[in-house]
Amino acid sequence: MPVLWILLIVFAIAAAGYVLGARRVDALSGGDHRRLHSRTTYYGWNVALFALVPALLLLMLWLFAQPLLIERTVSSYIPDSAIAEGETRGIVLGQVRDVAGTLNRAVSEDVITDVEAANLQPDDAEVMDRLKAAELPILTTPEILGAAKAHRRMVETASTWLGIVVIALALLWAGFALWRTSPDFRARNVVEQVIRGVLIGCSCIAIATTVGIILSLVFETINFFQLYPWQAFFFGTEWTPSFGGGSELGMLPLLWGTLYISFIALLVAVPIGLFAAIYMSEYASRRVRSLAKPVIEILAGIPTIVYGLFALVTVGPLLRDWIAQPMGLGNSGSSVMTAGLVMGIMLIPFVSSLSDDIINAVPQSLRDGSLGLGSTHSETISKVVLPAALPGIVGAILLAASRAIGETMIVVLGAGAMAQISGNPFEAMTTITVKIVGQLTGDNDFASPETLVAFALGLTLFVITLALNVLALYIVRKYREQYE
Amino acid sequence: MTDATGPIARQAGSRSLLTPDARTKKRNAAEARFRAYGVAAIVTAVLALCFLLFTIIRDGHSAFQQTYASIPVTLQAEIVDPEGNRDPAEMAKVYSMSYGRILDDALTQWIEAEGIEIEGLEASDIKGFFSGEAQATLRSQILADPELVGTTVDMTALTSSRVDGMFKARVTEESAARDAKTSPAQIALANAMKDRGALVTRFNTGFLTKPDASDNRAEAAGIGVAILGSLYMMLIVLVLALPIGVAASIYLEEFAPKNRFTDLIEVNISNLAAVPSIVFGILGLAAFINFAGLPRSAPIVGGLVLTLMTLPTIIISTRAALKAVPPSIRDAALGVGASRMQSVFHHVLPLAMPGILTGTIIGLAQALGETAPLLLIGMVAFVSTYPAAPPEGFFDPASALPVQVYNWTQRADPAFFERASGAIIVLLVFLLCMNLLAIWLRRKFERRW
Repeated sequence: MPVLWILLIVFAIAAAGYVLGARRVDALSGGDHRRLHSRTTYYGWNVALFALVPALLLLMLWLFAQPLLIERTVSSYIPDSAIAEGETRGIVLGQVRDVAGTLNRAVSEDVITDVEAANLQPDDAEVMDRLKAAELPILTTPEILGAAKAHRRMVETASTWLGIVVIALALLWAGFALWRTSPDFRARNVVEQVIRGVLIGCSCIAIATTVGIILSLVFETINFFQLYPWQAFFFGTEWTPSFGGGSELGMLPLLWGTLYISFIALLVAVPIGLFAAIYMSEYASRRVRSLAKPVIEILAGIPTIVYGLFALVTVGPLLRDWIAQPMGLGNSGSSVMTAGLVMGIMLIPFVSSLSDDIINAVPQSLRDGSLGLGSTHSETISKVVLPAALPGIVGAILLAASRAIGETMIVVLGAGAMAQISGNPFEAMTTITVKIVGQLTGDNDFASPETLVAFALGLTLFVITLALNVLALYIVRKYREQYE
Repeated sequence: MTDATGPIARQAGSRSLLTPDARTKKRNAAEARFRAYGVAAIVTAVLALCFLLFTIIRDGHSAFQQTYASIPVTLQAEIVDPEGNRDPAEMAKVYSMSYGRILDDALTQWIEAEGIEIEGLEASDIKGFFSGEAQATLRSQILADPELVGTTVDMTALTSSRVDGMFKARVTEESAARDAKTSPAQIALANAMKDRGALVTRFNTGFLTKPDASDNRAEAAGIGVAILGSLYMMLIVLVLALPIGVAASIYLEEFAPKNRFTDLIEVNISNLAAVPSIVFGILGLAAFINFAGLPRSAPIVGGLVLTLMTLPTIIISTRAALKAVPPSIRDAALGVGASRMQSVFHHVLPLAMPGILTGTIIGLAQALGETAPLLLIGMVAFVSTYPAAPPEGFFDPASALPVQVYNWTQRADPAFFERASGAIIVLLVFLLCMNLLAIWLRRKFERRW
């Protein structure tokens, strides 16, 4: 039974429960609503929520656990002898899933019948030919085919049982809630408790996301370090992945490119953003401010792919033809400078709006004191306001740096793909994010170090940006408290 | 009375307040400079924005125009219907390639009929004049209406990207001489046709509605599938992120006690807002595709990933909106006997709704432009069929607007760059509309307490 159907049926039960609950309490009270503890709608909601919440929770849990359990059972179908040299159990299980998926597609496209799929043998030439004719060939060992058939069978049984169990649960709880309904029943309190639980559950999705990110990164990274030594990854200076094996996967060239590009981006964004913020908060008239601020913030609303295309089509050739080639610094359109400049433009609003907030938070009395002592406006700003705002501005710059390090599309299109450590900003270099995209797009083999390295890179990226963010937030928060 | 200050003042007072001394001049100059830096910074930022938008529009506006050839085409029965029985099933066995010959013959005949003579015009120039897509269109037209076979009809056929480029200043005499796929003779032919009205340039509806096309058919590529895919993902994000985000904000803002657990949630939300988007892509790949077994390239996976990314934005703006509702509203509701839940759901939430919607639209706009995570979950795949209607369509392969742009930048034919810029114009128009809607909502429903 498709999950969508189950959902619809559960919702239908809940809706029916709402009507029944409200009716029942109405009848029990004899039409005199003063005898009820809560308003009739709450009795309806009570039944509906009791039908919905446990059923949906079970559904989610089941869908989460099902692949794990099936995987474990299918794994027992494959003896160790069926795993070829140089392969792991994970690869074979992946093949099992692929074969099962092919069988499913063949059945859904009416190439073979359900019964044929369930009884398929590798020597069944007639069915195999039909599969081949439909461009769904199955070329595999008997063990894997057997496991795949078991996989299919289990998924089928599981989905039937899922429907039965979930719907039964919804009916059971709805019946229980209906039975409990009486004029004295404190329906509102119960409903509010349940809603509160739902609200807390929704808040926890943030935690679940973080946990999900960490788990997905850490597990695959551990797999990677089992195949490739961690010293070579963290301290290697060569990046030459080749899917045939024998690749060098040193992170340092990527880290260098990332930091170099981010540095140039900050070199562009910090002065421009900071001065723009100073001008807008200290000098600009209300009209100029109300005009300039939204215009600069448009820069923040432009998607990064647009900046990427801008770097690739416009800025890159411009820098190459006017600066790099005449000065003999390189012939590459994509370069550290290209990506850095464009990323700098993207970061301007980020720096300026954060600095703006921070400068505005400096108490007016400090400015008044300085102006009263006879300093000029600019002296007040540079000698009083900025030092007072410095910790906050440092925080803003750190946040911008973390943005720059994690930025992907601009560097994918603007920085090139050459992994090298060089000081020349007009040469193409590459970053961590570029290589994550490079290693994970297309067909992946999740058992080769060349694919898994992307997860290790992702974890490195996550740790660096997280550390920068935590530090920046800590500084900003600490600073804000100072004047409150 | 003392006159002690007199002489000192006199000594220093050799200068007047009205004529600034050297140091004051210096300080004033520094002041002016400082101010100029500020102006320069703002002007730089604004100029960068203008330059960016200008180049995108300059490169992309031509994607909305397309050149078509309009010539009489004789549908030779011996090519189209070799069996001669007008049976569509039999005719379907004839490949599109053969239809190319019909178009080529039609063009050759037209050139003879018009008496055009061009030096160096070769068969390959005529063969390469039409798009591969024109053959396919002609084929499906004839299969739909077999009565046309043997007649001569006025066809409007898509020309190749090179011919199209001649009228967009992308292909010039020089570049054509170097290009293997076109030649100066083909340019002369195109100009001759243009003069006689056989080439028309008109608004390119196909660009907005057609799916992506293969590498050598840039002229037929469109963003129809990408728009549909983006739309599906936005639907998923809206349906999931809005209720979840609002529920989370209500809990954190109105009910959460001050304790460690609440702090943990808050720290998580603020950190998630700053996690690089590509990490969400890795999460989507590992959790939704590898673990949960959802299909690659499907809008459902993209929608889920973007939901997780958008949640922090929506939560932050919803909390601000809830905070802006004055406590007196809550107090009044509680005072007349409402429970806390009732005061929030019946009074605070409706009042905060405009703010919440504004934040949601801005979050959606962000999600619409997001590219990196979608690359990792396989949205880069070449998709030339439209996804089905929801809900099944959520599981069909689709593209997304920003990913389509990325895809086109990876192709060799420069015509794809024009398409990429054109797609960006469409994307920016969508974003502009969403932001204007947000601003309008804020203006219309904003309340001052």
